[in-house]
Amino acid sequence: MTALTDDTLPVTPRAIRDEMIVFVVMALLLASVPFTGVYPFFVMQALCFALLACAFNLLIGYGGLLSFGHAMFLGTAGYCSAHALKVWALPPELGILVGIAGAFVLSLITGYISIRRQGIYFSMITLALSQLLYFIYLQAPFTHGEDGIQGIPQGHMFGVFDLSKPTVLYYVVLVGFLAGFLLIFRIINSPFGEVLKAIRENEPRAISLGYRTDQYKFLAFVLSGTLAGFAGSLKVFVAQNASLTDVHWSMSGEVVLMTLVGGLGTVFGPVVGAFVIIAMQQYLAGFGQWVTVIQGSIFVICVLTFRRGVIGEIAHYFRRSL
Amino acid sequence: MQALYAQLLVGLINGSFYALLSLGLAVIFGMLNIINFAHGALYMMGAFVAYFLLNNDYLSIGYWPALIVAPIVVGIFGMILERTMLQWLTGLDHLYGLLLTFGIALIVQGVFQNYFGSSGMPYAIPDQLKGGMNLGFMFLPIYRGWVVIFSLVVCIATWFLIEKTRLGAYLRAATENPTLVRAFGVNVPRMITLTYGLGVGLAALAGVLSAPINQVRPLMGADLIIVVFAVVVIGGMGSIMGSIITGFALGVIEGLTKYFYPEASNTVVFVLMVLVLLVKPTGLTGKAA
Repeated sequence: MTALTDDTLPVTPRAIRDEMIVFVVMALLLASVPFTGVYPFFVMQALCFALLACAFNLLIGYGGLLSFGHAMFLGTAGYCSAHALKVWALPPELGILVGIAGAFVLSLITGYISIRRQGIYFSMITLALSQLLYFIYLQAPFTHGEDGIQGIPQGHMFGVFDLSKPTVLYYVVLVGFLAGFLLIFRIINSPFGEVLKAIRENEPRAISLGYRTDQYKFLAFVLSGTLAGFAGSLKVFVAQNASLTDVHWSMSGEVVLMTLVGGLGTVFGPVVGAFVIIAMQQYLAGFGQWVTVIQGSIFVICVLTFRRGVIGEIAHYFRRSL
Repeated sequence: MQALYAQLLVGLINGSFYALLSLGLAVIFGMLNIINFAHGALYMMGAFVAYFLLNNDYLSIGYWPALIVAPIVVGIFGMILERTMLQWLTGLDHLYGLLLTFGIALIVQGVFQNYFGSSGMPYAIPDQLKGGMNLGFMFLPIYRGWVVIFSLVVCIATWFLIEKTRLGAYLRAATENPTLVRAFGVNVPRMITLTYGLGVGLAALAGVLSAPINQVRPLMGADLIIVVFAVVVIGGMGSIMGSIITGFALGVIEGLTKYFYPEASNTVVFVLMVLVLLVKPTGLTGKAA
């Protein structure tokens, strides 16, 4: 069985320095968006999905586990945050915490169940679990079924930042994204991340070296799910609603697509992929269901000819890890 | 009591679709090492081919020929997919097969949605199977009884083909060790293509059978395939008979749930999957993945 990513370059101080430079450039570019006249709503949406895709990538790119149900964390955190903000009237920072806590609990439960099977079965189980949750949310009273939770108040973050102002909201979302991204970056380059990569490359060998691989995979799953929940909570402030779309399997598919386009197992790939896919949806919104067809075609083309993804190809060309 | 029997029958019908689909998934996985995410989309195509055959002014081919023609048409389409795309994935991680077939499913469903929207189109029950009989304890619509019995026959026939015939022996041997079987002069790549065609044809057959019951909709297979995945996780893909029995059994359990606790009828299969995973992580037929 060939590994998902074929370029496993060693983590050297130089590689980390390269990645930090790219990170700083990315942060500066994103921070300058409000001055460029680019529609901030689009970028905020893309940032939320970028964080979601990064969290997903932590699991597949570094743990070798393809979750086909990551929308459940996005949607659950969204519902929890929305409920906390609207019904309990909590301030934004606590609303985000409630969402993250919801996703954390969910990832504990689903991780405990799904980690019992590997490979292809893991994907099918996560997909089935997210569908189970979809039906529960469809019938549960607090989600308001097909209508979703709408008109969520944005409020004042820490009592100071007025989130109803687009620019303020943009920087709050950006800071949230960068914090999540740095955390993932830190996890990948930690000893824990190294063990994950070892498990991805050769699980029996990792076991024979004395690692309890199930515990590592479980922890990776919980981290990934919780961070995906963080993305879901941020998204509530941007979209001002929480709906069933965020829990649907097609959303899980989109996350997979973003990561695949950007590059599985690359640090910056999911971010690029999220921007590409969200931009595509934005510009092709008038074409109705053809968007689905195009997304399907991108899947097919990527798998057949472009498995490294955008960033993966660039990194491969320069023999760097990005 | 009437309502209970009616729900049991609905359960048996859903169970026959689960059985036909999970059977195809298991056969394909055995030979190609691919979980065919496009299975639901191809099931839908089967129903649509029957619909086209009937409603085309020049053809107006009815239900009975469609039962044979639709699986063949979709089977050929599947074999083209296998030759042009799936075969290039040999030797890669299994996950790529899942992603590729997911993409194919999106394309197929998207194209059909563009032309037919999302609403259902009726497909008439053939004259010979209209009406019903009174069994004393319940009223049995003949078409529904036919679907259950016919699916059961097809499932058993497939089991017989794979477990008891010479062709099936080649197939099982090639699943175990393709290189060695090739050395004996068997054309394994062609067998792989035919196997994919067979699995996909079974899905299309299920589609034709379901057309008069569930209407013909572009997304009719999209949610079904996820339930079938759960069925496959519960039953495991190690044994053909296992897939058939699990499929029917889960359909019946779902039917019973509809009667006793309708709110959970959508979720019961997934809940059972969770329970099975907690008690016996390898699935009921027991082979480790």
